[in-house]
Order: sequence, then C-alpha cells, then structure tokens
Amino acid sequence: MSVQPFLIAAAGLFSIGIYGILVRRNVVMVLLSIELILNAVNINFVVFNAMLGDVLLQGQIFTIFIITIAAAEVGIGLAIVLMLFRNRKTANIDEFDLLKW
Amino acid sequence: MVNSNLISFLAEGKATYTDGGTVAEYTWLIVVLPFLAALLITFLGKYLPFKGAEIALATIGFIFIFSSYLLYLNVTDGVASEFFINVGSIGSFDLEFGWVVDGLSIMMYFVVGTVASLVFIYATNYMQGEVRYTFFFTSLTLFAGSMLVLVSSPTLLQLLIGWELVGVCSYLLIGHYWEKKENSSAAMKAFITNKIADVGLMIGIIVLALSTGTMRISEILYQSTHDYQSLKSVAYLAGVLLFIGAMGKSAQFPLHVWLPDAMAGPTPVSALMHAATMVTAGVYLLARMFPFYQGMASQALDVVLLFGVITLFAAGLIAIVQDDLKKVLAYSTVSQLGYMVAAIGSGAYTAALFHLWTHAFFKALLFLGAGSVIHAVHTNSMKEMGGLRKEMPRTYITFILGTVALAGLPPLAGFFSKDEILASLNHGGYGTYFAIAVGGAFITAFYMTRAVVLTFFGEYRGNGHPHESDSMMTTPLIVLAAFAVAAGWVNIPGIYTGFTDWVTTRKNPIVEYHPESFDYFALSSGLLAGLAGIGLGYYIYQVLGKPEDGDNKIKVEPIWNLLENKYYLDDFYFKYIINPTKSTFANAVDRFNTNILDKTVNLFGVAATFLGNIVYEKFDQGGIDKALNVSSSSTDAFGARVKLLQTGKAQQYIMYFLSGVIVISLLILLVL
Repeated sequence: MSVQPFLIAAAGLFSIGIYGILVRRNVVMVLLSIELILNAVNINFVVFNAMLGDVLLQGQIFTIFIITIAAAEVGIGLAIVLMLFRNRKTANIDEFDLLKW
Repeated sequence: MVNSNLISFLAEGKATYTDGGTVAEYTWLIVVLPFLAALLITFLGKYLPFKGAEIALATIGFIFIFSSYLLYLNVTDGVASEFFINVGSIGSFDLEFGWVVDGLSIMMYFVVGTVASLVFIYATNYMQGEVRYTFFFTSLTLFAGSMLVLVSSPTLLQLLIGWELVGVCSYLLIGHYWEKKENSSAAMKAFITNKIADVGLMIGIIVLALSTGTMRISEILYQSTHDYQSLKSVAYLAGVLLFIGAMGKSAQFPLHVWLPDAMAGPTPVSALMHAATMVTAGVYLLARMFPFYQGMASQALDVVLLFGVITLFAAGLIAIVQDDLKKVLAYSTVSQLGYMVAAIGSGAYTAALFHLWTHAFFKALLFLGAGSVIHAVHTNSMKEMGGLRKEMPRTYITFILGTVALAGLPPLAGFFSKDEILASLNHGGYGTYFAIAVGGAFITAFYMTRAVVLTFFGEYRGNGHPHESDSMMTTPLIVLAAFAVAAGWVNIPGIYTGFTDWVTTRKNPIVEYHPESFDYFALSSGLLAGLAGIGLGYYIYQVLGKPEDGDNKIKVEPIWNLLENKYYLDDFYFKYIINPTKSTFANAVDRFNTNILDKTVNLFGVAATFLGNIVYEKFDQGGIDKALNVSSSSTDAFGARVKLLQTGKAQQYIMYFLSGVIVISLLILLVL
C-alpha cells in the first residue's frame, strides 16, 4: 500500500490549517486551525512509522504525546481567549495588538 | 682658658665605661613610643574614660622607669654608646638617624622623664574641664617625644629635626587657648623668634657638615679634638652660629623676648617646657658640642660667656618689676639659663649641666606651685593674691623650698649648682663677670622673696575663696620639693662628686675645671648675696608697710620705666624690625606679587581659557559631541521606521514567517 495518499491528505490538512490561521478573524477559529496543523503532523508520524516498520513504534508514541500536549495547549489557549474576551468584549484577533511597539 | 691644673677625666683614668647592653639598644623605644601614643590619643582619646590622659601617663611613666634604670646603669658602671640607622645616601652623604646613650643624654632622659611624669599627673587635675583636654595631652606627649628625639640625637640632622619639633609643640601649647588674640600672638612670637635663631643653627650645621663631611656629632667632636684644618678654619663661625640657635631656644638676651610671653600657655606647659626641658635644649646643644668649642672655637666661648652674663643680670632685673607671678618665674628662668650659658662660656661643662639639673626640678616646682595658686585664685596678678600661706599650706611650703633652692641657700639644690658656676667664673679669672653673677644671685633672691611675700604673706587682697589644691596637684609638688632639696647633693666638692662622672661624655673627653673642694670666696660671696637679697626683699615688702604698695618704696622712675618696658626691646623690635619689614619689605614683596607673579599667573590663566574655548568649540562640540549626536539621532530615526514592522498582530508575524519559509524552501529546491 502506498503512503502517497496519506501524505497528500496530511498536506491538505496542513494547508487548510495555515489558511485558517491567516484568514480567520475569530481567535477560537485560529486555535482550531492550529489543531488541524498538529493533526497533519500526527498523520505524517503514523504513516512514516508504518512505512518504516519500526518495532519500537516511536512515531505512534510521539503522536500520543503531541495529542496530549495539544489538549493542554488548547486548554491554556481557550483560557487566554476567555480572559481577552471578558476584558475587550470581542474575540476579533485584529483587536489584540497590545504587544506592538 | 685651658691651663695645666685643669683635670682631664680621661687622664685620671675615670673613662671606663660599658656599652649599656640590651637596655641601650632598646633606648629607641622611649623616643618612638610618645609619637605612637600621641597618635593613639588623637584617634582614640575621646572615647576613653580619662579622655586620653591615661595613655599619656602610661607612656611617660614608662619613659620615667626606663630612664631611671639607664641612670642607675650610668651611675654604677658608666654608659657610652651610640647607634645609627642608615636611612639612605645622597652621594657621599649618609642620611642617618639613631640614638645616643651616654651620660649627658641619660641625664636629659631622666630630667625629661621625671619632670614630665610629675607635670602630666599635675595636668590631669589642672586641666580638668578645660577646652581641648585630649588635644592638650596629645601635644604634651608629642613634646616629650620631640624632646627625646633632640637629646637622643647622634647626628646634627636629627638634632635639628627634634629642635624644630620641640618648637612646633611649644607653639601648639603656648597657643592652647587660642581664642584670645594675645595667646595666639604669644605663640606666634615664640615660634618666629625661635625660627630666626634656628636659621643660625641651620647654617651652623651646614657649615659643620660641609667642613667635616659628616653629620655625626661624635665624628665632628673627634675632628675638633684632633686638629683637622678644614674644621678649624670655620670653627669660630660655626661656633657662633650654633650659639645663635641656642640663644633662641634657651632664651638668651636679646632673643629672650618670647619666653615671658610664652606664659600665655597653661601652667603645666610653662613648668615642663618653658622651665625644665625645652629651654634647656640650647644649653644641651652647647654641652653636646662642648669638646668642639673647647678644642677649636674657644673664641666663640667668649661670645657665649658675654651673652650668658648679660642675660643672667638683665633678665633678673626685669623680674623685680613684674606683677604677673608666672612672668616673675619666666624672667627668673631666662636669668638662670643665663647662668648655665655663662658656665658653658667659662668652660665649666659640669657646672652648667649641674645647674640645668637642679634648676629643672626647683623651677618646675615653682611653676607648678604658681599654677596651684593661680588655680585657686583665678588670676595671675600678684596684686590680687597675698595671705595664701594659711589657705594653701602645702603649696606654700613647697613654694618656699623652691624659692630657697633658687635663691641658693644651703643645703638646697640651687646652692651647690650656683656655687659651682660662681667658682668656675672665679677660677677662670673673669673678675667682672664673677661680680655680675654674684649680683645676679642677689637679684634672684630679691625678686623671689618679693614674689613669695606678695603671694603668701600679708592679707588676701582678691575677691575669690582660695583653697588648697587637689592631692593630684600637691603630690607632684611634694615630690619635686624633695628633688629641690636633695638634687644638689650629687655633686658636693670634696664629699661626693658623682654627677661629674655621670655627665662625662666618655668618648670625647672634656678638659675642664672641676673644684676639688669648695671655693670659699665664691661660696661666701654667693651665699651673702642670696641672704642679702632675701633680707632686703623681706624688709622692703613685708616690714615696710603693706606688701601691695611696697613697690612704690623703691621706685626710681627712669630705671623702673626701663625695666617695666623690658628695656624697650619689644618696642625696638617692632619699630626697627617688624614694622619696617611690614611696611617696606612686605609691601615690596606684595607689589612684586601683584604686579609680576600674579600678572604672569593671570596671563597663563587667560591663555589657558582662550585655548580651552577653542578646544571646546572646535574639537569637543564640533568633533566628538557632534559625532556622538549624529550617531544617536540616526539610530533614533532608523528605529522609528523599523519599529513599524512590529504591529503586535500575530497573523502578520505568521505571514512574514511563512513567506520566509517559502523563500528558503524555493532556494533549497532551486539549488539542489
């Protein structure tokens, strides 16, 4: 079985994620897009692990770690978003430019 | 002057001596310790329970014990040794310091140690509650150290250093109450008068050092007893120059004017410095250089003798008209110093030192007694004293003992020493000088009797409530009184003449007259003069009417005025030396200063300002500052543009980041 379709699917997922980050104005949607990118990476890990026939299953284990960390990251991210929303009454990412010069 | 029946100690085989051993090697301790103590008192004194006096007392106590032991060694065996430390060489000239341990310096150590100890104890009480108590003890300790530097000196250079240090300490202590103008003027007068004399000493030392090629006193003395021609040719000049130095410190006429004014200092200072120790420095110098005077500069000794005799008589006369108790004693000191100098001048080395020795004790006693009186009645004027024998019995008795010792009645100290001087003058064939010295003895007895009558006899004329002083003050008086009685017994012709051996400088044998038995003519003249002086004084001031108006009974206007104005010597100095100096010389110097020196300095100042302005404008402002300003403003402008990239918008950053990734990826693809 060829790995190509899987890689194409992962690349598609990645591109959708990049598009989401760049285009969406809602902070929550930007966070979701980041999740898509992470998942694209996960697919790559699993596919290459299967292709290379690694008995130690390093790719799979790595994937589990990434999922865990992604969950934590989303937790923190959503908390930040919530606080921002409370303070600024908006979730528009263009409004959040406190770190400019 | 030197004739065949004079005795050389060396020839008699009395010159056996030891080098003093370890004690002599460590004699530098007593010279260095006071300076360390003075530093300690300066920095720690104020925090100590007795405000620094305890350090001073401990130091001076150590010096007393050490010098007593040295004296003991000298009396039993005879000590003579000197130690040198070479500090450095300039060409062929060695810069050396060191210490001498021989009869002469040991005698001085002991006098300084004893009198200073007693005066220090006295001063702890006398100065209680006065201003600058701690500083007073600093200066006093410093003085003890300076005096020991002077008398321990084996080189002329160290002697000069000690000499000047003593002068500085004298200045500090005379001007102790410098808030009053006349006190600081007195200090200045003492310093400047001494300074004028010191120029003579300095030139004398230079002359000696150049002609002998050494600063070592023992070497100079060796050359002067061995007929070195280079020294012989300048001996008279050097001898007189050294004597000019001695005239300043030892207050010889006409440079004595500073000593009476120096009474502005606290009384312990007068007792220690201006009676017992510092003023004897000149006599010490002459004694130390005595083999030189005798060997080569015997004509200079005639000058010494002349001035000594003038001083002893002229100063004694002024003492008669003084109203200030301390000034009577001051002029008396000048007069007694005249005796010592005259003794040196007549070639009587031992007699001069013997009088120095006894005088140190009874004059310190008289000064401390006067201090005790002044402490009780709060005035120096004898017009406001009188009748104090009842209130102050201990002061009275000790003062009487000092007076009798000074007047020269047997068996007190002054009798033996003054008699030896008179005997030497008589023996030397100086008929006129002998007569003047006997007259001086009469005057001495007279003015001392006057002072005693006006102070202690009759009725009290002041307004205070005099009372006997504290035992801290009377104990030193009693100890000194014991010395005033007994100090003369160490040199009684025909019975015990130990003192003569003590002070022999064994390495440079001295040829001098030394009476084997009493010279009964000199003795009876001196004694009669003393008794007559006391009798006449008592008759005029006590028997004839009230003591307070007694002065008028012997008033012969012109003489009285002459004495009252101190021979117009101060006026003379002011009119012909100080004021001309101030009006012409000082003005000329001032004009030179304003017109030439200041102008030159100003020119340099203007030129420097001009140059500075150019440098400031062109180089500093135009170059360095501009470069810095440009670099900072351009950085600022650049930053103002670049900072716009930092928008704070995360999506833009990601755009830049991705663009970068794409560019790099394309590059990699293209290159590979």
